[in-house]
Amino acid sequence: MLAFALRRLVQAIGVMLVVSLISFVLFRFVGDPVNQLVGVDTSPEERAALREALGLNDPVLVQFARFIGKAVQFDFGISYQFKQSVAGLIGQRLPATLELSFVSALFALLVGVPMGVYTGLYRDTWLARAFLAVSLIGVSLPTFLIGILLIFVVSVNLGWLPSFGRGETVRVFGSWTTGLVTASGLQSLILPSITLGLFQMTLIMRLVRGEMLEVLRTDYIKFARARGLSRRAINFGHALKNTLVPVITITGLQIGSIIAFAIITETVFQWPGMGLLFLQAVQSVDIPIMAAYLLLIAFLFVLINFLVDLLYVAVDPRIRIGEATR
Amino acid sequence: MTPTLSVRNLRVEIPTRRGVLTAIDDLSFDIAPGEVLGVVGESGAGKSITGTAIIGLLEPPARIAGGEIRLAGERIDDLSADAMRRVRGRRIGMIFQDPLTSLNPLYRIGEQLAETILTHERLSQRAATDKARRLLEEVGIPAAGDRLSSYPHQFSGGMRQRVVIALALAADPELVVADEPTTALDVSVQAQIITLLKRLCAERGASVMLITHDMGVIAETADRVCVLYAGRLAEIGPVRDVVKRPQHPYTHGLMAAIPTLHGDPDETLRQIPGAMPRLDAIPPGCPFNPRCDFAYGRCGSERPEPLDAGKSRAACFLHDADAAEAPPADTVRAARAVGLEVPQKVAEAAR
Amino acid sequence: MAELADDKTRAVGTAPEPADTARPGMLARALDSDLFYSFRRSPVTVVSAVVALGLVLSAVFAPWIAPHNPFDPASLSILDSFLPPAWAEGGDPRFLLGTDDQGRDMLSTILYGMRISLAVGFASVIFAMLVGITLGLVAGYFGGFLDSAIMRVADVQLTFPAILIALLIDGAARALAGPRAYDEIVFGVLVFSIGLSFWVQYARTVRGSVLVEINKEYVLAARLIGLRASTIMFKHVLPNVLGPVLVIATINLALAIIIEATLSFLGVGVPPTQPSLGTLIRIGNDFLFSGEWWITIFPGIVLAVLALAVNLLGDWLRDALNPKLR
Repeated sequence: MLAFALRRLVQAIGVMLVVSLISFVLFRFVGDPVNQLVGVDTSPEERAALREALGLNDPVLVQFARFIGKAVQFDFGISYQFKQSVAGLIGQRLPATLELSFVSALFALLVGVPMGVYTGLYRDTWLARAFLAVSLIGVSLPTFLIGILLIFVVSVNLGWLPSFGRGETVRVFGSWTTGLVTASGLQSLILPSITLGLFQMTLIMRLVRGEMLEVLRTDYIKFARARGLSRRAINFGHALKNTLVPVITITGLQIGSIIAFAIITETVFQWPGMGLLFLQAVQSVDIPIMAAYLLLIAFLFVLINFLVDLLYVAVDPRIRIGEATR
Repeated sequence: MTPTLSVRNLRVEIPTRRGVLTAIDDLSFDIAPGEVLGVVGESGAGKSITGTAIIGLLEPPARIAGGEIRLAGERIDDLSADAMRRVRGRRIGMIFQDPLTSLNPLYRIGEQLAETILTHERLSQRAATDKARRLLEEVGIPAAGDRLSSYPHQFSGGMRQRVVIALALAADPELVVADEPTTALDVSVQAQIITLLKRLCAERGASVMLITHDMGVIAETADRVCVLYAGRLAEIGPVRDVVKRPQHPYTHGLMAAIPTLHGDPDETLRQIPGAMPRLDAIPPGCPFNPRCDFAYGRCGSERPEPLDAGKSRAACFLHDADAAEAPPADTVRAARAVGLEVPQKVAEAAR
Repeated sequence: MAELADDKTRAVGTAPEPADTARPGMLARALDSDLFYSFRRSPVTVVSAVVALGLVLSAVFAPWIAPHNPFDPASLSILDSFLPPAWAEGGDPRFLLGTDDQGRDMLSTILYGMRISLAVGFASVIFAMLVGITLGLVAGYFGGFLDSAIMRVADVQLTFPAILIALLIDGAARALAGPRAYDEIVFGVLVFSIGLSFWVQYARTVRGSVLVEINKEYVLAARLIGLRASTIMFKHVLPNVLGPVLVIATINLALAIIIEATLSFLGVGVPPTQPSLGTLIRIGNDFLFSGEWWITIFPGIVLAVLALAVNLLGDWLRDALNPKLR
């Protein structure tokens, strides 16, 4: 178990190093950092001085090491566009994105898993077919279109829910603000969460259904039936537990995707999160923000993957005990 | 005495897009209390389908389309899903081919045993665990108490099949259906598992339906043998008779194709020409007639019913003493030469 | 009926194969009776095929079908702007689906926009297929260091959602090319960035299949009689993976169209002078609140129907080629 965790940790660090390298290359070699920071009228001497001060004349490896060293301390330099520290900008925006992603993931799981189980167990009922049809539409409609349609129907025509922004937020500690405790904050969360979570929900539903069908065909389910176990024991004890192993993995990865897909939802709903910041950065070629966002997303992905692996081990004894005897 | 299992005119159909296939057609047989009936046939002959039909686990779209199945005189083929569930495990135990995949990998052996016991008996958790341990001891698993908390992947194939046997016998069923219980195992453990199964069932007075394609296993274990061909009964009779004096041309071919240690080493093994027909291409008349050395006129158009043939019953017109159309004399002579007990009446009519 | 199946395979986006020798085999397989039977048996699939084919054809022949040329400034009149659909109050029979803010005919812009969406979609899928199949063959056939290097890269890339990779590549290209040059290479960048996020699936599938095939006697025999590695791969191994590759390509086509639309919606895709469906939706989104719904909704419906039809075909193809799921 410990060896397994350690090995995964080493792999995770490897991935982070690769992403850091990409991020560094982006930061250092795409566009000239000096040109971005100074005006047109800056003299060549001043530019050279800045270049020296930024350490851009040092060997590349030294620069890379410095980049990593700073990144570990959340120092990603100054945004070209806002002339503010990137870490500060991201810090302001992070809570909005994390809250939105968390609520969306919760929605996707709480609705997707039961729908998947139902469609797997009762595959020929009309309700199951309806779920499947809805899921196909959910997969086919682009996220931004779902958002626009929701705004058009619920906000513009019915006027029920707000169509943009976070509503009223409350400062919890430091720069962390939350919209989870105010009525307008919660109302503002509904449409964006559905928009962001819908795709993942359909994905989870289809995955659970597929796994359920697969497991129900296995010999041990047939043998469980032959032993006269009750339907409930077979469906929810034996089948569901075996379904969960792959579902946990994919769902974990999906939580990462949700954070990345938030870019789109945040644009549609003008949600003041990291994704909107990143998109503005791409449009105005604000490399430090892009590099920082890439690193941050990679870190979240790696962290989630690592946690998922540990969870996986907890569920499946084949891995747990196989590792212990090694 | 009421037979433990009585199958009458069983018919299993599988609707497909190219028409309805008849997987089992007009199959009848009995298993007496305590008896071991071997069911043999090539793969695709309908052995496993018969077993799953009896325990009520046919995979849709396959379905029982006719006939009846009685367990100790009581019909079970028309029971409700819930009533049938109480028969499974409690009154009929089933063992599948592959012990590696029969056990749920995520549950401990003890949990799976206790779960089965508690489904069928009103016991406390502790009493169920006790019984689980005794069952494991009975099937010959060393340090049974410790192994209760092991997961299936920590057992070898033979040990897993012992666990499967313990699970099948957990509620003392009257009948055990064992579907190729040793095929997936090493040859060295096959005999142990068969001996164990036979001993445990004998101790409990349970009848056994042993499905296999291994004639060696049948010869050593079964009391009677039922030979299936293309979903039809070819021959059924006491094991000695079927093995030593087969009465159906197909059984005869099957036995001649088995190598023996005592046989003449220079004699070549005989094989039956051709292959068993697929379910969608079963020939009219006797399904075996295109491959049969003794086929004649009516074999290509009429379906033979099982007829008395020596101590067995065989679905072959050569045993039909009351037939209007007699087989050619050469055929009768050739059939008698290989040991088919063609009735005198038929032989006389053949002239 | 045979012709229909033929057309359909083309419609779902099978690119001209790299190896021309493989094509007859694939066509023969497409017409194989089992596959064909399941096609006829599923009315949804037949409808999807007809819809997809109809949309593709009307996109291809847009210059001849479209009632107006939306890119001819001479024919545009600002007086015609914001006209609602012909059947609505104030509608103009010349413009069946109404006009946008510049007086362009919606129906015509949609037809031309679909052309661009489909072109980018097909090109990305072909690009991904070429890269993925080549790398998969190389990894599977040669094994060793090459194999582990390629598959490691694939692993790392797979943890990032396609949209994020596309955005990063887009951002980097912007920074490297500068704004003016960027508009000229934008199609190339789009195809590259969308295609690059898909190659992993092809590579994995092909590699897995190569590993299975390579140990079979016929490949060994081909080696023994001295056939070159490339010949063996293209003639013997490739035809065996065309089924799964076709399934992935179909599903990817829908995804590529969606990603292109999303990028265009986010404002980092094709320029407004040559709008794709996504660009049209973005333009219309600004007018959604003021009641000019048709500028957004019609392109949105076309996009959704196109993606849904292709997805349904992909779903059917996957189930039909994988008997286990039936």
